[in-house]
Amino acid sequence: MAEKLQKYKTKQIPGAELLLKCLEDQDVEVIFGYPGGAVLPIYDALFKNNRIKHILVRHEQAAVHAAEGYARSTGKVGVVLVTSGPGATNAVTGLTDALMDSVPVVCLTGQVPTHLVGTDAFQEADTSGITRQCTKHNYLVTKSADLQVIVLEAFHVAKTGRPGPVLIDLPKDILMLDAPYSNSPEIQEEATKRYYPRINPDAKAIKDAVRILKKAKKPIIYGGGGIINSGLKASENLEKLVNMTGWPTTLTLMGLGALPAEDKHFLGMLGMHGTYEANLAMYNCDVMLNVGARFDDRVTGKLSEFSPQSEKIHIDIDGSSINKNIQVDVGIVGDAGVVLDALISEMKTQSFEPNSTALEKWWQKINEWRSRECLRYKQINQVIKPQFAIERLYELTKNKDTFVTTEVGQHQMWAAQYFGFNKPNRWMTSGGLGTMGYGLPAAMGVQVAHPNSLVIDISGEGSFMMNMQELSTISQYNLPVKIFILNNEWLGMVRQWQELIHGGRYSQSYSASLPDFVKLADTFGMTGLVAEYASDLDDVINKMLETDGPVIADIRIEKEENCFPMIPSGAAHNEMILGPDDQEGAISESGKILV
Amino acid sequence: MLDTQNIESHTLSVLVDDEPGVLARVVGLFSGRGYNIESLTVSVVDKKKKTSRISVVTTGTPQVINQIEQLLSRLIPVHKVEDLTNGSPHVERELALVKIVNKGDSRIESLRIADSFRARILDSSLNSFVFEVTGASEKVSAFIDLMESLGKVEVARTGICGITRGNKIDLVD
Repeated sequence: MAEKLQKYKTKQIPGAELLLKCLEDQDVEVIFGYPGGAVLPIYDALFKNNRIKHILVRHEQAAVHAAEGYARSTGKVGVVLVTSGPGATNAVTGLTDALMDSVPVVCLTGQVPTHLVGTDAFQEADTSGITRQCTKHNYLVTKSADLQVIVLEAFHVAKTGRPGPVLIDLPKDILMLDAPYSNSPEIQEEATKRYYPRINPDAKAIKDAVRILKKAKKPIIYGGGGIINSGLKASENLEKLVNMTGWPTTLTLMGLGALPAEDKHFLGMLGMHGTYEANLAMYNCDVMLNVGARFDDRVTGKLSEFSPQSEKIHIDIDGSSINKNIQVDVGIVGDAGVVLDALISEMKTQSFEPNSTALEKWWQKINEWRSRECLRYKQINQVIKPQFAIERLYELTKNKDTFVTTEVGQHQMWAAQYFGFNKPNRWMTSGGLGTMGYGLPAAMGVQVAHPNSLVIDISGEGSFMMNMQELSTISQYNLPVKIFILNNEWLGMVRQWQELIHGGRYSQSYSASLPDFVKLADTFGMTGLVAEYASDLDDVINKMLETDGPVIADIRIEKEENCFPMIPSGAAHNEMILGPDDQEGAISESGKILV
Repeated sequence: MLDTQNIESHTLSVLVDDEPGVLARVVGLFSGRGYNIESLTVSVVDKKKKTSRISVVTTGTPQVINQIEQLLSRLIPVHKVEDLTNGSPHVERELALVKIVNKGDSRIESLRIADSFRARILDSSLNSFVFEVTGASEKVSAFIDLMESLGKVEVARTGICGITRGNKIDLVD
């Protein structure tokens, strides 16, 4: 690495200052972090720096989630700074989360000085070893001369291709010693040229894809998080394609917002808790166009019966996603936005016309499935149905530019089902890893990036308590995050699976000893609200929205409500449970071993 | 539905930057995803450009092999992945050092077999030899099998290393 700098004129500055200079060069505005012995030189440099803001979290896991929230709501790289040893190990869950959901994050970890590495020194951990499998790439800096090049490459790797977390482990002596810095504009190119993932699609694959699309009678577009990660242009292109074809479109959990929820072609989310019409359209289609999704097991259900009659086209920036779970007819490696552009222009070249008679019939069929109203629920008495709570929250916020984060569990699925996302980058949730405790710190990151926007963490009482120490951070920076807790006093998704699979033996899934959330809010100087009855709900939501600062709203919901519709584990898309009436015996023996 | 039946053995040749952790990345990829490594050899091949070549023999269905190739390609320090088994013609060789301890007729017989396998004697004592044998893995295995029937044997094998035939050269950059 060091030799890359040799061609350029450099000046010597202390490693920690050089690091901040590199961050400034990358237009980093904010760092989420927590100090400790090994990173003291960086904190000292930060003390003297007035361009980079630092948000002091209360736990390193939260720093990574906050950076993820920042990254996903802006499209920029989120930056984390933690110390060696426990600082680094605490960050591991966040890094894994960012890897699974392809979120660009650069994590700077302190390390014991190079001469102590390997001696089991105080707060030493083999950070580069521990995080090798949970980062897209990582570095241990062993020579000062490498520092600038490594930082440049780290940012490039984090945001280029399929985005992901990159970690730089920084021994304390490297931070204190002088290191060479070059402000030559060519250094960027020099430092980043060994990683160049494929962005532009293969022309032949595009032609093959269009040939298949032209034959489609029962098509479906299945979009995922790759569209969001590609940037606004990709979502615009998706909308263009949908309008040009008139084809039904479904989105994954990670893709919500890529097509406006209000678009008439949108069938809702697909997969385990997706809509009946989306899943049946996937099952019965003859041509499937997957744009930036990865055939995740939550989406496919039983692999052997996944969309058995369709020809499949898969667009993905990561070649290893193609033919991983599902064998496809045409795989196109490239950036979702660029590929959609190429696809649309090739469709025009090949004078593509949707088959309108066949399409009309297909929509008739889809509308029949739609008429089952799989998301219908009954709000009959005063006990608040969780679906009703989310629906009201959506209704009362939809004229605002609202950002939503969630934790993991039933509330997450209800949010995905009942909250409409009409723009990309407005929905931040832990999809791949399913990290409880993601939503609250992620909401902080979103709020830091968008100080004047409405940011809501839709939460469950169980997940909330996994990172509730961050209330202190929220309070310190007066981040006006609205925490909307669907409180059923259960780890609801665990309880639901125990009901469906384990004979209702509710082992360890009851949320005992919950705090009084109103008083809890009070101790952190924020507003606490509670809604016990359906008739309270609108008032509580309105009060929450009118409050300037942070709010915890404790929404006491129906305790034993299950999340439907549901593809039971081990079943296919056409074997959905629509409600409590058909849940009896729905899960096969082989399905029970699946998670 | 993916094929889970046809298990094949493939030799992959991977050109990587010679930097700390690169082997751990490659090996971790296999162990983390439950893929097999039948043999692995690695060494620096270009000191100036700081590149190493890793030759790895793995087994799996064609989809799994393709998956491994793709996963290796996306590692940052990996410059090139070549599936020698699937690609253009190539040669593969393996080297083994075989120590045998025996006496009398067995000792004479092992020497005769070593000669027919073109094995070289690297070391000898009154009741032992160390042979060096090079060739295709099957040949090396056959030699070891024969030696085992003639005395006490200890073996060190390099694992397969391979390269394409013809005038094509891999260049980094």
